[in-house]
Amino acid sequence: MEKFTRHTGITAPLDRENVDTDAIIPKQFLKSIHRTGFGPNLFDAWRYLDPGEPGQDPASRKPNPDFVLNQPRYQGASILLARKNFGCGSSREHAPWALQQYGFRAVIAPSFADIFFNNCFKNGLLPIVLPDFHLDHLFQEVAANLGYRLTIDLPAQTVTSPSGPPMRFEIEPFRKECLVNGWDDIGLTLRRQDAIRAYEERRRAAEPWIFS
Amino acid sequence: MEALSLYEKLWQSHLVHEEADGTALIYIDRHLVHEVTSPQAFEGLALAGRRPWRIGSVVATADHNVPTTRRDEGIADPIARLQVETLDRNVEKFAVPVYYGMSDARQGIVHVIGPEQGATLPGMTVVCGDSHTSTHGAFAALAFGIGTSEVEHVLATQCLLAKKAKTLRIRVEGALPPGVGAKDVVLAIIGRIGTAGGTGHAIEFAGSTLRALSMEGRMTVCNMAIEAGARSGMVGVDEKTIAYLRDRPFAPRGEMFDRAAAYWRTLVSDPGARFDREVELDATRVGPQVTWGTSPEMVVSIEDRVPDPAAERDPVRREAMERALQYMGLDPCTPMTDIAIDKVFIGSCTNSRIEDLRAAASVVRGRRVAGRVKLAMVVPGSGLVKRQAEQEGLDQVFRAAGFEWRDPGCSMCLGMNDDRLSAGERCASTSNRNFEGRQGAGGRTHLVSPTMAAAAALAGRFVDVRRLA
Repeated sequence: MEKFTRHTGITAPLDRENVDTDAIIPKQFLKSIHRTGFGPNLFDAWRYLDPGEPGQDPASRKPNPDFVLNQPRYQGASILLARKNFGCGSSREHAPWALQQYGFRAVIAPSFADIFFNNCFKNGLLPIVLPDFHLDHLFQEVAANLGYRLTIDLPAQTVTSPSGPPMRFEIEPFRKECLVNGWDDIGLTLRRQDAIRAYEERRRAAEPWIFS
Repeated sequence: MEALSLYEKLWQSHLVHEEADGTALIYIDRHLVHEVTSPQAFEGLALAGRRPWRIGSVVATADHNVPTTRRDEGIADPIARLQVETLDRNVEKFAVPVYYGMSDARQGIVHVIGPEQGATLPGMTVVCGDSHTSTHGAFAALAFGIGTSEVEHVLATQCLLAKKAKTLRIRVEGALPPGVGAKDVVLAIIGRIGTAGGTGHAIEFAGSTLRALSMEGRMTVCNMAIEAGARSGMVGVDEKTIAYLRDRPFAPRGEMFDRAAAYWRTLVSDPGARFDREVELDATRVGPQVTWGTSPEMVVSIEDRVPDPAAERDPVRREAMERALQYMGLDPCTPMTDIAIDKVFIGSCTNSRIEDLRAAASVVRGRRVAGRVKLAMVVPGSGLVKRQAEQEGLDQVFRAAGFEWRDPGCSMCLGMNDDRLSAGERCASTSNRNFEGRQGAGGRTHLVSPTMAAAAALAGRFVDVRRLA
């Protein structure tokens, strides 16, 4: 997994609540058996005027000029500002894959849906929770300033805008450590294999029907 | 002894290890697998040179991509076909012991077949790369959806890293009025607490109304816990739970069943157990629910009107309402009963069990689908549900009325196969999500119960099923 320590990048605003994972990556792209190739179809139904199907040449598509990520000022954006309950709905990990493969390293929102939040950490995409008043301020600033960039410092747990003092965010220590070091969860868990085996023995005695 | 909630009991009984910050390693008993969220996980496992920890925990099926007609002809879409064939191959390569492939009589929606086979048992942790895994909580299991990286993690380690959730008890009390059922209860709950109302929480559904529901009804309620933001929803064990499980293929037998049942009866919240939050709902005041917007929380009773964004003070929410009404092609203050429909879908992991089909058939019997309805379809949740319905003659009731009677799968709940809405088409759907484009790009979804969907099919518009003469 790609490490995340410090990142400065162009910031784009997606000013709507309850953005669901169907919107982030529509179902027709879930037929892929691969982990890559989802970036061109991020927000497909909002981003293009023509209907999206797997296997299209992205150059042949008709971008929707009204969609925020298609505006010239947000080209190359790597930080997304969002509203409450971002990533709700389906558990599809294709959603963080698409965001990351488009070029995003972080999403900042007042709240995230649980499964999406969890999936982000498995892919080096940092979901940052900041309170509404910070988000309101950031949405105003990004609209008012061309080339607006934020800096995220994960070890220090701060988001810094060009105008003000760093805003601190919370993150669980274990998740932070994994992300800063780019650790693979499975490798970490397998270090506990003796504990897992001992647990299985206890359960097998108490609830043998689980293992039959 | 400390009074524990059901969630706390399930959590504690699966704890393998705990980090200093509370991040825990929890053991997974049952792993349900389908074709869409598993290929990358099996591939990752192979690339890392790892083997499945306990492949016997896996029950696999193909449900999202499968056609619901002419199944013997296979899948026409080459990309979808490759995905199902990839699951076929992974089942063989990794020696998955239980697989209900496309041609198996027991194939069906993963959240229908798990309980149907007794593969979901009380006291289990149940996971699947699908958010509607919360369904299995109806059996007092800790059941939740996971992403593909976690599918791989469970395959490799039989465990997951997790943080203990907060607890939310939703008590529903009182007798449901005639014509009102489990789907209406859960939609009313989501309308009350919102789609983020349960975020970070495990929901326990409790109260006399829940006790009175069948296991099928409880599954419908737990299924939509995720639509209230909660990864898991659950109901404590009672005699209905135990009666449902007796003689199911994967349930223990004989003396072992009695021993298991004795343990299962302890899987209820203790008197005096504390919850981080409590919500109460009066079931006697719930009417048949219909969603009007593009989020399940955008819901009203059939006797109400489409809300007016002008009355909403919060600007972000007002804009969301305006955008939803524009997408849905609706004007504020329109009576819900004035909304005409183009298609009807009775199916999905929310409402495709035998009880759902019986309820819908009881409305349809002896009547005809309205002329303006282009397609009304019933998609049973599994091959066994389909067979049972046919034995009861329900297929004839639906067919005589003008419904199509299809093969089992996820179908038009998410439209990964050919069952979709076209742009602008409006659907009365018994599924769980009314997001933009969910049932097809530009499609307009209204979530309702099976009886309300059946009534809408007959009238060609939404009607109060209680007033259908």
